Amino acid sequence: MTRENVVSIVLLCGLLILPFVAQAAGYPFYMTLATRMAILAVAAVGLNIALGLGGLVSFGHAAFFGIGGYAAGVIASHAMNGEHLLGFAVPASMPVAWLIGMLAAGLVAIVTGLISLRTSGVYFIMITLAFAQMIYYFAISWPAYGGEDGLSIAMRNSFPGANTARPSDLFLVSFAILLVVLLFFWRLRDSRFGAALQAARQNEGRVAAVGIEPFPIRLVAFVLSAMITAVAGAMYAELNRFVSPSMLSWTMSGELIVLIILGGVGRVVGPVAGAFVFVVLEYWLGGLTERWQFFLGLMLLAIVLFSPGGLMGLLAGKARHD
Amino acid sequence: MSTSLVLEQLLNGVQFGVMLFLMAAGLTLIFGVMGLINLAHGSLYMIGALVCATVAAWTGSFWLGLAASLVGTAAAGALIEVAVIRRLYGRDHLDQVLATFALILILSEGARWLFGSFALYLDIPPVLSGSVELPGGVHYPLYRLAIIAAGLLVAVGLYLLISRTRLGMRIRAGESDREMIGALGVDIQMLYTIVFALGAALAGMAGAMVGALQSVQVGMGEPVLILAFVVIVIGGIGSVRGALVGALLVGIIDTMGRILLPQMLAAVIGPAKAAGIGAAIASMSIYVVMALVLALKPKGLFPAGT
Repeated sequence: MTRENVVSIVLLCGLLILPFVAQAAGYPFYMTLATRMAILAVAAVGLNIALGLGGLVSFGHAAFFGIGGYAAGVIASHAMNGEHLLGFAVPASMPVAWLIGMLAAGLVAIVTGLISLRTSGVYFIMITLAFAQMIYYFAISWPAYGGEDGLSIAMRNSFPGANTARPSDLFLVSFAILLVVLLFFWRLRDSRFGAALQAARQNEGRVAAVGIEPFPIRLVAFVLSAMITAVAGAMYAELNRFVSPSMLSWTMSGELIVLIILGGVGRVVGPVAGAFVFVVLEYWLGGLTERWQFFLGLMLLAIVLFSPGGLMGLLAGKARHD
Repeated sequence: MSTSLVLEQLLNGVQFGVMLFLMAAGLTLIFGVMGLINLAHGSLYMIGALVCATVAAWTGSFWLGLAASLVGTAAAGALIEVAVIRRLYGRDHLDQVLATFALILILSEGARWLFGSFALYLDIPPVLSGSVELPGGVHYPLYRLAIIAAGLLVAVGLYLLISRTRLGMRIRAGESDREMIGALGVDIQMLYTIVFALGAALAGMAGAMVGALQSVQVGMGEPVLILAFVVIVIGGIGSVRGALVGALLVGIIDTMGRILLPQMLAAVIGPAKAAGIGAAIASMSIYVVMALVLALKPKGLFPAGT
């Protein structure tokens, strides 16, 4: 077993067991922190498909995160008020919210991807940022679902066999999603599609020369990436029982990239390590000082300048590929 | 709708565009010469406004504040370049995005530390207060006209600087082949620091001038930064001329869209619905323009190097 696999398994087991230990010891709050870690990790795994495998530095993934969040919020509020959504009685159920969030995010990703993937490099970064900002401003000025004030979720959507009002059940659902998504990422990375996607990142010209067109592959990767991030967004809204335009803001996009870099780009479990460190820092530094973002910035700067492999690079050695 | 209202909004749009140009010119120069994407450019805009407001409050003079913000942001820019940015030129864009994102966190929180989280206010200098009557009988604030004039002066100045001076020649040479001008004995590190400081001072100037029109607070820079990105994507990254055209386009479309779209919609679907939907669509208009430009010309209106 490679060192990376050992570190990965230890990390995942730790994330699964520690919150229950903490809860048994009388610190139930850690369950919420662990749920937050799992959800942010799902979002970052999604982004990692585009960014890590495809080399597509999307600075607009908050858009998909927020779209997922609004899917959960809108369904919950319609069910609460007994209203139909576009003529259908939509059940207040999490899988339905994920499905709707994935569909909506996928559609937006197809449209924005068709335009932004025509470009590359800095153009791509700025255009994805601009599209996310467009959706952000749309959410702020569209009054139907709370506008700038956001939308509260009075009662979480249900999940078959679980009581989603209980923190431990919500954590287990989030953790299960994380496992499924990690498995998907791992299989995708080693599939023919994943190989083509990574090859297109490393050398676009050669990929085209052997008869594979990079554009459709990147578009599919971008859409898949958006859909997974949308599921995370839906869960994030459920966890906070609240969704607002801040989930769509550019800082959220930045944080998602930070999670990946903290963990290590293109690693399967990198986003989990990144989410772990980020949430711990946020909680621990936030408890020490009101100015925690200042110190987060300093640490981030130090990591980018001096430790390019991220945390997984530190723990598990250099990445196997490239 | 009266022509005077249209004229007034058009001028507002030009003023907004000119301000965006000051931001976009620095960004596009820095990208053109050093190949660096600088997210912290919005922080320099914020620093310019904060320094101007603080110094103006101490001394009672807007002009001293403006001078202080130009000097202060140029110095801050040079310091940031030497301490951090210099290490990023050889890195890929992802590292640059992250490092400058970290700089935003540091600078925003640092500014909150130094200046407090309350909004500061900056008064329009007495010489420029009041309004002017334009043809058509519309009264337009003199200060906004002064911003337009200042921005256009900077545009002309930048053009002369880049096309007529030795420094400008080196900047152009740096854009086309940085190894070669290094080999020819130009101190390229110094050149980079100067370009970064120049861009920072332009952002600081924009922040200081806009500070008299709106409240000055931490976080004011990032929305402008993102619009400046839209501008340089439309104009073509690396092209100062493209930045000017893109900035005016974005400024005018955004301002006019917010006024005209709700009114046009009101005629179709009634005023009650039109206010909300019109505002929502208007806020998206410039991004639609950006998408259209990119669909037709993926490298922007004025691709660099042409």
